[in-house]
Amino acid sequence: MTEQFIPPAPQADGDPEPVRFLDDAGAYAPSATAAEFAQELDAATEDDLRQWYRDMVMTRAFDTECTHLQRQGQLALWVPSVGQEGCQVGLARAAEPQDHIFPAYREHLVAHVRGVNLLDVAAQFRGLTHGGWDVTDPAHGNFHLYTLVLGAQTQHATGYALSQVLDAKRRAGSTSLDAGEPAIETGDATMVFYGDGTTSQGDANESLIFAASYQTPEVFVVQNNRWAISVPVTRQSRTPLYRRALGFGMRSVQIDGNDPLAAFAVGRRFLREARTGGGPGYIEALTYRIGAHTTSDDPTRYREAGELEEWQLRDPIARFEGYLRSLGVEDAFFEETRAWATAEARTIRDGILTLPEPEADSMFAHVYSEPHPRIEEQREWLARYESSFAETDGERA
Amino acid sequence: MSVIAETEAPAGVTTLTERTTLPLARAINEGLRAAMADDDRVILMGEDIGPLGGVFRVTDKLQADFGSARVLDTPLAEAGIVGSAIGLAMNGYRPVLEIQFDGFIFPAFNQIVTQLAKITSRHDGTLSMPIVIRVPYGGHIGAVEHHQESPEAYFAHTPGLRVVAPSTPNDAYWMIQQAIASPDPVLFFEPKAKYWQKGEVDPSAPSAPLHATRVAREGTDVTVVGHGAMVTTLLQAAEVAQSEGVSLEVVDLRSVSPIDYEPLLASVRKTGRVVVAQEAQGGASVGGEIAAHIGEHAFYSLQAPVLRVSGYDVPFPPAKLEGVYLPDADRVLEAVDRTMHY
Repeated sequence: MTEQFIPPAPQADGDPEPVRFLDDAGAYAPSATAAEFAQELDAATEDDLRQWYRDMVMTRAFDTECTHLQRQGQLALWVPSVGQEGCQVGLARAAEPQDHIFPAYREHLVAHVRGVNLLDVAAQFRGLTHGGWDVTDPAHGNFHLYTLVLGAQTQHATGYALSQVLDAKRRAGSTSLDAGEPAIETGDATMVFYGDGTTSQGDANESLIFAASYQTPEVFVVQNNRWAISVPVTRQSRTPLYRRALGFGMRSVQIDGNDPLAAFAVGRRFLREARTGGGPGYIEALTYRIGAHTTSDDPTRYREAGELEEWQLRDPIARFEGYLRSLGVEDAFFEETRAWATAEARTIRDGILTLPEPEADSMFAHVYSEPHPRIEEQREWLARYESSFAETDGERA
Repeated sequence: MSVIAETEAPAGVTTLTERTTLPLARAINEGLRAAMADDDRVILMGEDIGPLGGVFRVTDKLQADFGSARVLDTPLAEAGIVGSAIGLAMNGYRPVLEIQFDGFIFPAFNQIVTQLAKITSRHDGTLSMPIVIRVPYGGHIGAVEHHQESPEAYFAHTPGLRVVAPSTPNDAYWMIQQAIASPDPVLFFEPKAKYWQKGEVDPSAPSAPLHATRVAREGTDVTVVGHGAMVTTLLQAAEVAQSEGVSLEVVDLRSVSPIDYEPLLASVRKTGRVVVAQEAQGGASVGGEIAAHIGEHAFYSLQAPVLRVSGYDVPFPPAKLEGVYLPDADRVLEAVDRTMHY
């Protein structure tokens, strides 16, 4: 029996058109579904829009440098985000400073916008660290660490959002959190990112259950880039992914993920509603991974060239440039931005190459928060072992 | 990150103040109550732990006393319980989780070993994970599949976790509070066979630090060592051996990660003979680790090889065979005989 072909989202029957403000060329042409979110765009000034463009161009330049560095053996692995800058910039710029953001491992632009040094992002892939930035430092925008186990972060995000509920309860002097309670105003929210492949994970589904159960102030963002490494989204789901959240009783919207305006407008609305007692929401951003899943992947083995070309025509940066030009932004801005981004990426590249290697002792340092005899013994043993070579070298000299 | 101020215990909540004889399950309940009264960042999460008080009633009345925002009756999803607790701990809470039975911890295994255990090191020590996972574990209750297992070695094998098991009500009362106070994640294995075993609980001072090994009975001929419910079996064996003229020193590990080896090695140096006993399968187990450690550090004190008594390397059998599978005093004594006659 041959497999029945089910068309991928968004063409499924009966689904509303994804929220979109820009057409593929960048002209302002809102879909009918965009109308209810259009007011959110009032919060973005032209200066803001120029900054979004700079964010996207800069991240892409950095991303391209990192791919080159991996090919040169300077990074163990790289996870490209090229093509997905549109939804990332809109959603990142929609968040307020007090919100917490839990990424997967492709959210370089979100990291950048929230204040994380991209050098720290690259350090993980150079094999220098498992994290690289201090998530407790407010300068890093409450942006949490990358997680390589698919879906694990969805649970952490939901727990964090639950803590925001409990904090609000305590401020209100309430000791109850009963089944069926409506959501409450928390003042802060949590946003979590994952991909279409991760929607197949149990953790991603359990996190939806907990979020719905406790009405957490949370926005789930699925960047549906069509491919879970080599497995198409049609293998993950027979329905558009946004419909899953509807089954959990959640607000859920499908957006054009290559349209920064759509991402900003819907993200801003959902985050505000989460903070003010509207409960969790779910955004499926329809986008496309232009490059490989990671540098270990070869998408030419499983993707048609025509598909790639079709999506390249909807490149979020080119589209947004078209929009900015329609607003009257001149050539000089784009040229300056590109030159600046290239220089920034080069600076980061030089920085990556000169990052110090970690001390051997550091692997013992934070396994536990309190002293642990086994770790201490092994730390001391390694120090003695290494110093024995130093003595030998000294004798030889 | 939110700053959570410590507050007084809610009105009407009373905690243990005088020496009392309690069953082990109730001792844990009193320990949880004391920890919750002391620090309102402590919250409980688990399946059926609210109005029901848990399958074993360990959380009995805690939701009534502290409210449903501190005793969370969760959806039936172990990974969700552990994963959500991680997020809560990131914001300053101290979650205490109940996994309903030993064999049901595996849906949460990924969150425990790939996430919980590693978060502090991945964050260079800037985030601690003060999470306690309570696991009713072990056999002797005649239950069905997945309700009688001893999975502690999986967690003892994982850097970043601490793994403890009380064997007496007094230790249960204190160790649960010490585990909650610890900034590190603690797997708290409760010997469910001993939930109804009574003993005196002294709320005036802890019996020992969380990870201290305890000599439960002094002896001179053979060191027998174990943890959790096995300690009772070892004490029974020691009684029988005494009547036969053999003196067993019973060592209660209390913690299987880390293991406090010094009291154990001191005992080995005194007796020269060791039997390690556990309910879990013997292969790649805590008992094997102990035997290896003694071999490395007390080789010249040994009069005989370290012997292990354990469950067989098979899945926990149907309950009607648990008496054959689980080491009892006779199997311990058989090993004692072997080591005495080596």
